[in-house]
Amino acid sequence: MSKKITVALAGNPNSGKTTAFNAITGARQHVGNYPGITVDKKQGTTYVDGREVQVIDLPGTYSLTAYTMEEVVARSVVADERPDMVVDVVNAGALERNLYLAVQLLEMGAPLTIALNMMDEARKQGMRIDARKLQSLLGVPVVETVARTGEGIESLMLTAVANGDKLAGKPWEPLVISYGPDLDPVLEEMIALINREQFLTDRYPARWVAIKYLESDEEIQRIGRGLGAVATELEARAREVADHLEATLKTYPEAVIADYRYGYISSILRQGVVSRLDALEDRLAVSDKIDQVLTHRMFGPLIMLGILFLIYQVTFTIGEVPMGWVEAFFGWLNETVSNLLPDGMLKSLIVSGIIDGVGGVMGFVPLIMFMFVQIAFLEDSGYMARIAYMLDRVFRFFGLHGCSVMPFIVSGGIAGGCAVPGVMASRTLRSPKEKLATLLTAPFMACGAKVPVFLLIVGVFFEKNQAAVMFSLTLAGWVSALLVAKLLRSTIIRGEATPFVMELPPYRVPTLRGLMIHTWERTWQYIKKAGTVILAISILLWLAMTFPKLSDEQLAPIEAQRAEIVAQMEAAQAEGKDVAAFEEKLSEVNNFESEEALRNSVAGRVGVALEPVTKWAGFEWRTNIALVGGFAAKEVIVSTLGTAYSLGEVDAEEAQPLAERIANDPHWTRANGISLLLFVLLYAPCFVTVVAIKQEAGSWGWAIFSTVFNTVFALAVATAAFQIGSL
Amino acid sequence: MSVILPLRELKVGQKAKIHSVTASGELGRRIRDMGLITGAEIEITGRAPLRDPVALRLVGFTLSLRNNEADFITVEPL
Repeated sequence: MSKKITVALAGNPNSGKTTAFNAITGARQHVGNYPGITVDKKQGTTYVDGREVQVIDLPGTYSLTAYTMEEVVARSVVADERPDMVVDVVNAGALERNLYLAVQLLEMGAPLTIALNMMDEARKQGMRIDARKLQSLLGVPVVETVARTGEGIESLMLTAVANGDKLAGKPWEPLVISYGPDLDPVLEEMIALINREQFLTDRYPARWVAIKYLESDEEIQRIGRGLGAVATELEARAREVADHLEATLKTYPEAVIADYRYGYISSILRQGVVSRLDALEDRLAVSDKIDQVLTHRMFGPLIMLGILFLIYQVTFTIGEVPMGWVEAFFGWLNETVSNLLPDGMLKSLIVSGIIDGVGGVMGFVPLIMFMFVQIAFLEDSGYMARIAYMLDRVFRFFGLHGCSVMPFIVSGGIAGGCAVPGVMASRTLRSPKEKLATLLTAPFMACGAKVPVFLLIVGVFFEKNQAAVMFSLTLAGWVSALLVAKLLRSTIIRGEATPFVMELPPYRVPTLRGLMIHTWERTWQYIKKAGTVILAISILLWLAMTFPKLSDEQLAPIEAQRAEIVAQMEAAQAEGKDVAAFEEKLSEVNNFESEEALRNSVAGRVGVALEPVTKWAGFEWRTNIALVGGFAAKEVIVSTLGTAYSLGEVDAEEAQPLAERIANDPHWTRANGISLLLFVLLYAPCFVTVVAIKQEAGSWGWAIFSTVFNTVFALAVATAAFQIGSL
Repeated sequence: MSVILPLRELKVGQKAKIHSVTASGELGRRIRDMGLITGAEIEITGRAPLRDPVALRLVGFTLSLRNNEADFITVEPL
């Protein structure tokens, strides 16, 4: 009796499924990924009558076809993990369309309980739904719920568990729907064949497999082809019917199947399940009124710009405060550990490699939290769908999606953003190709870490019109992102635009719990990455910039020089003379040593070795090293450049000595400056962004691609700029 | 007796009954998944600021689709 039971939650997007999941499991949930894809795997536990219930939140889907990853995941969890009970969360206000998924689950034979959700809104609309009648007609338990308030959730779980116990150990019984005179006879023959050959029958009911063949379901066809001749036979039969329907009725088997499924649903609903009183208060009427303003031809875009700007402001101005605390904490940790440990490699590794590396990454956490609270608000309130709706026409031209605007803006579409939360914001895109193109181009934006480099160079070469040049750089980020997106979408990520057919959910006030859970999930995923992959990469980068050390022969002349100055200084001190001049000399020697050490390190050698290539873009080895260092974080470019110019530690915020050095260097012309500006804007994203890209794209391949491609692209642009500028 | 029009030609506020859906493949399936099938009643509730996509109402919910996707749907105005 105390056996653990598994319940899977299915349902349409916007049916309140996630809210129901949160109401059922509370904080006892965790998010993972299905292997190899980026669909979230959410699980949680709850207790019903003291029994442990494991709850799986399936991705929200409208159907169980194989067109989206979400659908493939949802049906494979049902078929392969065989949960004891599937709970389909249904939006009572749009019952007909929501039951389309329920019918498909029943056709798979899954043990089903229906949660008739959003009953409060349906009642307000003047709808009366006879849940008991629906229950008897569908043959599965139906429970009325209001997930937002938790109403009915307890009774839903009690019913689901009791129903699961009742059906435990019994074979699944698929629902049989007639698909009409054209398909039924063929279906029967196919089922007979499937049963005879035991084709996939261990995973799916025979009828379901046959239907999938008629629907020319790519996933099932692919699996089937590995199993021999039966698949060929089934495909041939399906094609025959398709040709016949095309010729006689100008239609497709899948269209016929859909028609009959909807026919089945409406035949049930017509038997007195739903009755509509006069609409007392049309929930959608309120939503429509809001839409008349928020998607108005003129005000709509203006309000949207305002909201996007506000999100940006909140994220980066308010987020900066806790970000400062995190930075201060790591600064303190850095200092404390520095004082505790003796000088040497271990100290350098822990302080410069680990604490600075992880500290830099953890500094983003407040930004990510602030951004995700707001994005969650936009999504849960229904406004995100309107953003996509309004901007789709523009972004579609570049092979992107209306939702691409969010990642672009957060990444630095308004200068000063950050590509890490920007890339993570691409989660709201449900179209894989558009999402990938967005991910790969968002890092072109003028993020906050590039700004100090811009300020330095612009200050030196464009003293008169700094603001105009800074603005042009932001614009250059947009132009590059959009054009490269277009390029990628017509070459390696080619393919038809993903259909836009998208629900515009009614506006709702998001629940605080939903916002908190959503934000925490994302933030925690990021923190976990910071502790693993990112830690490892920062140690690697530290190694590359520290080793090999200068040899004793290389150090000897420097040491000798130092000893000489120290001797002179001591002599001067004994005579009571001013020693400031000697101290200055000493620090010059120290800075020279740092420069030599950097040049001698792996990163330095790479910089020197790249000179033959980068000289066409106007970069000498010093710039190269700084750019290599910039892969760790773009802020590092200024300080590394300082070290390479023997200026010692240069604070990125106050780079005055470096600016003077560059201004007085005959090697640096305005063409070099422009070339460097463009290169920094466009080249490889920092590795934290690369890790975020890997996480969102689901493979290291795309992450590495973005590193290589962006660098090559940036080099080409910078070279062109330098060559034209030098004419 | 009534005229059959492409969905694109409906004006905001106009109601119609779907006459045919000729889309196949992924687009066709997405359209049908949303309940846009022959006989379904719809009402155009709005158009995006650039005239595309279009927003339409079915029983109990609103959805949007692009003009070039709407071209696969013909309707009979009510």
